[in-house]
Parts: sequence; C-alpha cells; structure tokens
Amino acid sequence: MSTVSEPDRVESADAAEQESTAEVVQNQSQANLGELAAKRTPVPVGDREVVLKLDDVTVSYSGSAAIKAVSMDVFRRHVTAFIGPSGCGKTTLLRSLNRMNDLVPGAIVDGTITYHGHDLYDAGVDPVEVRRRIGMVFQRPNPFPKSIFDNVAYGLRLHGMKDRLDERVESALLKTGLWDEVKDRLKSSALALSGGQQQRLCIARALAIEPEVVLMDEPASALDPIATQRIEDLIGELKDDYTIVIVTHNMQQAARVADMTAFFSVDVSAERGGRNGVLVEYAPTADLFIRPADPRTEAYVTGRFG
Amino acid sequence: MIAETPAPASTFRRRRPRFGDAGLRVLAGVAAIGSLLLVALLTYKVVDEAWPSIAQFGLSFLWSEDWNAVTGEFGARDLIWGTAFSSLVAVAIAAPVAIAIGLFLSELAPRRLRAPVGALVELLAAIPSVVLGLWGIIVLGPFLQQHIEPRLGDWLGFIPLFSGSPSNVGLLPAAIVLTIMIIPIVASISRELFLSVPGDLKQGSLALGSTRWEMVRNVAIPQVSAGLVAAVILGLARALGEAIAVSQVIGGGLNFSASVFQPADTLAGRIASQYQGSTSNLQTASLAYLAVILLAMSLIANITAQLIVRRIRQRMGGAH
Ligand SMILES: Nc1ncnc2c1ncn2[C@@H]1O[C@H](COP(=O)(O)OP(=O)(O)OP(=O)(O)O)[C@@H](O)[C@H]1O
Ligand SMILES: [Mg+2]
Repeated sequence: MSTVSEPDRVESADAAEQESTAEVVQNQSQANLGELAAKRTPVPVGDREVVLKLDDVTVSYSGSAAIKAVSMDVFRRHVTAFIGPSGCGKTTLLRSLNRMNDLVPGAIVDGTITYHGHDLYDAGVDPVEVRRRIGMVFQRPNPFPKSIFDNVAYGLRLHGMKDRLDERVESALLKTGLWDEVKDRLKSSALALSGGQQQRLCIARALAIEPEVVLMDEPASALDPIATQRIEDLIGELKDDYTIVIVTHNMQQAARVADMTAFFSVDVSAERGGRNGVLVEYAPTADLFIRPADPRTEAYVTGRFG
Repeated sequence: MIAETPAPASTFRRRRPRFGDAGLRVLAGVAAIGSLLLVALLTYKVVDEAWPSIAQFGLSFLWSEDWNAVTGEFGARDLIWGTAFSSLVAVAIAAPVAIAIGLFLSELAPRRLRAPVGALVELLAAIPSVVLGLWGIIVLGPFLQQHIEPRLGDWLGFIPLFSGSPSNVGLLPAAIVLTIMIIPIVASISRELFLSVPGDLKQGSLALGSTRWEMVRNVAIPQVSAGLVAAVILGLARALGEAIAVSQVIGGGLNFSASVFQPADTLAGRIASQYQGSTSNLQTASLAYLAVILLAMSLIANITAQLIVRRIRQRMGGAH
C-alpha cells in the first residue's frame, strides 16, 4: 500500500508534521484508488438486468449471525466486488449465493436470494442445479489429483456435455490463457502446475460448464503479483460473458476490476454484544472510492481503519 | 542494516548439535533392521521345523489330500482349499460392505449418527475372535443348519458346493464368521480414509454441480483407493491367519467334501488343533509345513497389495 511508501520523511518530521504527512499520504492513496476506479469506463446500472437479488439476507452459524440484513442487487455481466475487514462475513455471503453453505452444519440463510426472480432457497430448488449455473473459485487453488485435461473435463462429464469434449476443454483453457502453457501436457498431472497456473485451471474448470455467474473468493490471494495481474486481466475479459462476484482484501484490485463494490464491516454495537457483519455501502466502484457516502467506508478506503 | 562485509563462512555452520536427528535415525534403522531380522529368523525356524516333511513329501504335499497320523501320510490340499475358500469368500463379501459402511459413516449418514455408529463399529472390531466363534457355535451354526442350508440345497443343490445334507459346522459358517470378523476392521479403516479426503477437493467437486455421490465416486474413492486396497488386504491377512474362530465352527473333519455344508478345516485351524497332540515327528513337521504355506500365502497377498498400491499412486501422478 502506498501509505508506507515514504517512511524516511515521516521519520524525520516532528509530531505535527507527521500527522499532516500521514494525511497527505492517505489522500494520495484515496486518490490512487479513485484514479484506478475512474479509469474504468463507468457502467450505467439502471438498464442492467439483475441476476441475483438479495433481500434482507442474514446468514447464521449455529444461531449467531455472521452477516446480517444484506439487501443488494448483482447485475448481469458486471464484476461486483465484496470488500471489508477480515471476519465481516464476505465469504459467508458469497457461499450463500450458490448454496455452498448448505454443506456447513448449522448454517442457516434467512431472507430471500433470487436468481432471475427464482428463489434460490425455495423447497423445490436443487442445490446441485444451482451450483451448476453459479460456479465458484476458491481462495486456495484446489485442482483434482487428475490430469489437466480431466480437471477441465470433470464438470463437462458430470453434466453430460461430452459432445465436442476436446473442443470445450480447449476453449476453457484458451479463455484463461492457459492453453499455450499446457497444450503439450494435457495428460500430465494438474498438481505439477504452479500455483498461479493451478488457479487459472480452477477458473477454466468452472468456466467449462458454462455457468452464468462465477463467484470468486480471494482468487489471487495466494499468488504473486504477476500471477495476480493475470487473474485480474482475465476477470476483465470474462465479464463480457459472465457475471462475476469477487471477494478481495486488496482495494486496488477492487478498484481495478470491479464495476460495483460492496463494503462490509463488523457491527460490534449489535445487541448482546454480538459481532455481526453488515453491508455498509454498495455503489459503483468509482463512487465508493472517490465519494464514499458513509464515514466507515471512507475510513476504510483511506486506510484509517483499525 | 545490511552487513557491509561478506558474512564469514562460519555463519552457516551448524550451531546446535543434532542429537535428536541422529537418535531418530538410529532408532528407525534399528527398528527396520530388527523387524526384518525377526521375519527372517521366524521363517528360518518354521522351515527348519518343517524340514523332515518337506524332505519326505516335497511339493506334492500341496496337492495330496491325505492326512493320516497312523500311516504317516500328510498333505495340505483340503486345508489350502478350506483356507482359500473361507478367506476369499469372506473378503469378497466384507470388502464392499465395509467400504460402504465407511463411506456412509463419513459422508452420507446424518451428522448426529456418524460419531455414535462409528464408535460402535470400532467396538465390533475389538470383539475377541473366540467370542465371535462362540456365537458361531451357539447361534449361527444351528440357524444355518435349520433355515439357510436346506433352502440353498433346494435351489442350488446341483452345484457340488451346495450339495449334501445340512450341518451346523462347515465352510459356510466359517466364511460367515470371518466375514463378520473383518467387516468392522476394514470399515473403520475406510472411514478414517474417507475422513482424510481434503475438504477443498470435495467442495471443488460439489461447486461444479456434482451430487454427493458423484463427488464420492470421482474424487473421494480415487483419492483413497490405495488405502482401501491396503485395508482389504489387511482384512484378508486376518482371515487367512484366523485359527480360533474358524476351528470353532468349521468342524475340523478329516474327510474332504466339496460341500460348504460339511465339516472341513483350514491351515490355521489344523495347526492350532493338532500341534499339541501331535503323535510323531513327521506330523509335527507337516504341521510346520502348513505354517510355511500359510506364511507364503500371506506374503503373496501382501506383495500383491503393495504392487497395486504403487500402481495406483503412480496413476494419481504424485498426489501423495
Ligand atoms: N463454518 C463456520 N462455522 C462457524 N462459524 C463460521 C464458519 N465460517 C465462518 N464463520 C464465522 O462467520 C464470521 C464471518 O466469517 P467469513 O469467513 O465469512 O469472513 P470473511 O469476511 O470472509 O473473512 P476473511 O476476510 O478473513 O476471509 C466469522 O466470525 C467466522 O468466525
Ligand atoms: Mg473470507
């Protein structure tokens, strides 16, 4: 982060100066985020189709709410970023969007989440079918201990998309820019790939079955800057065809890739001293970083957050 | 902060003596050599003991059916048959059942059932085989004789295996007792194996829209297949070597019958029942010869298992 870019100056200054320097640096960082966000062509929201609609969504683990009363819309072919401090429930909320939380004993989703108007948690809805349309990429790359080809073909075989299998695998690998790197060793183990390649393979695996939405939970957090850059570029390309929701701890990353950004925080003043995650602000990315409406958002994006 | 002069060579010298490392290496070495030595000594002793019989009968011991202490004619054919049949049938039934139990208890059962039923299976694995044999005598044998064997005979009597009159002892109860004995062992290992499958992989599969069963079949089972093979072979080894429970229900007959309803015997059963009362040196040596055969069978099972495990690991491409 640029807040610590010039330690020498801060060190040599007296207390008063130090404060003002810190201010400057903070403003700088905010300006950087704003610049990054503003560089993106602003995307009109009004005429976008809503893919996922969250209405008063609360997710609790064994009775205590990890994230509370979230209402927001996720727009078609947008990149939507979730940012916020650790433990505020970003992962929890993300996993409720494709019913991965069903797998956690004691996890309960209240409120409604609709996908193109269909209630995802309706009694008649098959979570398997939900996950087929709303794919997920995890924080740690998790390729199967199979060949590169079999990893990408995994979902295709499950869903009977076995016609043109080779073609589909190739196209998924092309989309993630992995094709040239692996085309000569499709039959060798996916575990021999580098971390960044593995993560792109996992993205390819998710894309192969042609989901409409791809959920990504800090997909680049385990990767070096170059691999991260590739993932970000990839997200930029993918949004022409997919709706993407990405959790990130890296505000620059949100500013670079996201059309809309949701800032979450932990509400400690809640009753019974509980710690609940809450949605503080949800806005077009440039607005959120340049003109945050909520003081908590401002504190966070300017780096004054604890 | 960076040192101006290059660090002296002594920087990377070992600072602390590594007694722990050296100690561990010595300990592991002693244990490895010790166990090898033990097996070698044991084998030598058994072969030595069996030598008079090996010298007299040679390999024909393997396919001779005589076992007559009076005339001094000994052969292992019927016992090899009894051992192979009872163990293989037991493993063939127990392996799929036990793996299914392990899978059920780790992946499919309602969560609050998993721990208690899992503990119950561990408990079953701890039942002494002699108790199981007793149950075989009191309950299983009579039940088979009265209800199962007559029916099997009616339907399948044209097959020699199921011909003959029902009795309360024989190969059938022996195979069933062995099956019951090895199911909990294999099931509890399978359960542990399935629990060891990384959650990342399971979630990766489910997130691609697989059902739980598809996840189990495509990710969990391949991931632990090497371990499952090892578990099944462990079960087979237990079945091959089990003497007590088998001799309680198999009848120990000296006459060969192709029927599984009739009394028979196994290598381990014969050794256990006759060694004390052996009347001649040749009989004692022949019993030791049976032990040599049993040892060889176990060894073959074990080596086969290791070969399969290695093949699986290679196919998984360094997944372990
Ligand atoms: N499986 C679980 N069982 C119980 N509580 C959980 C579970 N997963 C998360 N929580 C709790 O829910 C809260 C939110 O966790 P979550 O992982 O969603 O946060 P996050 O915003 O993704 O944090 P991070 O940025 O560190 O990944 C935390 O207090 C956490 O302890
Ligand atoms: Mg998280």
